[in-house]
Amino acid sequence: MSGDAAPLLTARCLSKLFGGVVALDSLDLDVFGDDILGLIGPNGSGKTTFFNVVTGIYPASEGEIRFDGRDITNLSTQAIYRSGIARTFQRSRLSLPLSIFDNIMIGNHKRLNHGLWFNLVRRRAFQAELEENVATARELVRIFDAPLSERLLDPVGGIPMIDRRRVEICRSLISKPRLLLLDEPSAGMTGEETRLLMDDILEVKSRFRDLTIIIVEHEMGVIERITNRCVVLNFGQKIAEGTYREVAADRQVQEAYLGME
Amino acid sequence: MSERGPANTAATVPHTRNPLPALAVAALATAFLITLLLVESQVGIAALIAGAAIATIAAARQGLLTRITAGLATREDLLGALCVAGVLVVTVFFHEDHFVLLMVATLILFVVATLGLNIQFGYTGLINFAGSSFLGVGSYTAAVLTMHTALPHLLVLLMGGVMAAAIGSLLLLPVLRTRGHYSAVVTIAFALLFKTFLEVNDILGGPQGLAVAGMDLFGWSFNDNIVIGDDFELSFYANYVLLSLAILVVAFIFVRRLDRSWIGLNLDAVRLDETAAACFGLNILRWKITAFTLGNFLIGVAGALYGMMLGFIAPANFTFGDSLILVSIVLLGGLGNAWGLVVATAIVVIIPEKLQAIQEYRFLLYASMVILILLFRPQGLIPRPLRTYFPGFRTR
Repeated sequence: MSGDAAPLLTARCLSKLFGGVVALDSLDLDVFGDDILGLIGPNGSGKTTFFNVVTGIYPASEGEIRFDGRDITNLSTQAIYRSGIARTFQRSRLSLPLSIFDNIMIGNHKRLNHGLWFNLVRRRAFQAELEENVATARELVRIFDAPLSERLLDPVGGIPMIDRRRVEICRSLISKPRLLLLDEPSAGMTGEETRLLMDDILEVKSRFRDLTIIIVEHEMGVIERITNRCVVLNFGQKIAEGTYREVAADRQVQEAYLGME
Repeated sequence: MSERGPANTAATVPHTRNPLPALAVAALATAFLITLLLVESQVGIAALIAGAAIATIAAARQGLLTRITAGLATREDLLGALCVAGVLVVTVFFHEDHFVLLMVATLILFVVATLGLNIQFGYTGLINFAGSSFLGVGSYTAAVLTMHTALPHLLVLLMGGVMAAAIGSLLLLPVLRTRGHYSAVVTIAFALLFKTFLEVNDILGGPQGLAVAGMDLFGWSFNDNIVIGDDFELSFYANYVLLSLAILVVAFIFVRRLDRSWIGLNLDAVRLDETAAACFGLNILRWKITAFTLGNFLIGVAGALYGMMLGFIAPANFTFGDSLILVSIVLLGGLGNAWGLVVATAIVVIIPEKLQAIQEYRFLLYASMVILILLFRPQGLIPRPLRTYFPGFRTR
């Protein structure tokens, strides 16, 4: 996988401090095109912080992030989204009063026309763009769940957790990002729901050829099943890297998780 | 209308196109309004209002209200046209009554102003407690421009909006740097500052205020009664009803289209979750500025015509208390629902005027209405429906 190809995303000496707390500690990390990279580690080991720094929600305290050969350290969240990185959130951050379609369209911001004149006066042109997007959104949701794709005007607040997760992932995928960051997609779901969602993610991966995924997850079964490579964090540092089997056998990893001396 | 677009495209499958609900609602509302305005006895008025309230609650209990609103949703254009017709009927009916027509025109202009507030508060979540101040900016602009320049009066109205938007942009910096309650506090400070500024400013008439010239549209003087034939005379306020109605129609279509577009979606996204919105490329500042400016523009236009209609304006017309009334209209009608604003404004403007007994206690009435609404129906009298981009919009 790694081979000689240049990595899609690299972090070099990346640090993030919150006051005296070191959330990320000189982290070096490479993500290659086509990876499904599992990012694992105990609570508070810096996984979500890493996502927040990559997507520009927090500025990095030190170090550099390159995406597709370009320095994206401390760019605005908007610029990072436009460059092709999309994410989901640990605590599902959908707009509950809005419809499924509206929520997905929020993720398509960079491909919509936001001009006042276009939106208010050229209603025919707007309708054409709208219908095109309805079709795209329906196709995308159908990959996950066919019945759900027929209910795009239902409010998100009224659908079950697994469908909310699906909508959230659709919101991230609709703009055709090159890198997708999934922050604990199984949170709050049953084992069976988690299994279904992972089927969906593998299906998405097989359809979107050049999509790279980083997934933060606590369910080791999920990690074992869908990742091809794992990075283990502890106290903001990388303590192991390799396939799931390799890192699971790693002594340091076992210590971090089980607290063995 | 171009709103509807081609009939057989994927997104607009025509379904129930029954015009009856719209006709019935408009006719009923007009008849009720005329009766309410006719009745003089306080007991009669109280009985009418109580009857209407009980009928509405009963209809809601029976599920009738949801069915009616669902029926109306696909015929919004028709309902709008019928409401305009209803206002015209009321105007002709009360053609000699200055007081009633002034009230109707005020009501219409307040709807325009609260439509502006709705863009800011209902869609974007920017609470503006200085609505009345921006109304005042429009009025004072009209006063100064009609006094010192020969600017055509339609342009004066436009300038009222532009000035309100411009002065609003002075507020933008502190409003955008703060969030939630704090930006609300900034607008409260502005409302108080604005009134004090007017009171100490002699050029603008100080506490005594200023006279505003009446509207003059291409030689058609609005402050003369309209005489048709030998014996039919309309109160000059009918002029203001007609013009404010025209402004309302434009403003209403504008706000509806804004809501039913990507821009409306962006404003919602900003209100509901700024961080998530920013992660999907939304420029939060851009959309807040857009909403605040468009909203103030509408309020300013309404204010300019309001001032010209009153003929005389003073700082006491634009107090913080008046701003609170505007905010309570938005809360009462249903945040983000343009139709709800029409109903709520009618309630807030007409009831205290007709029920003289509660005139003194009207703030008490508003306050208790807002508290009751927030407690028992936080989504407002007419909750905002999900966004349908076009009438009859379907995704299948």
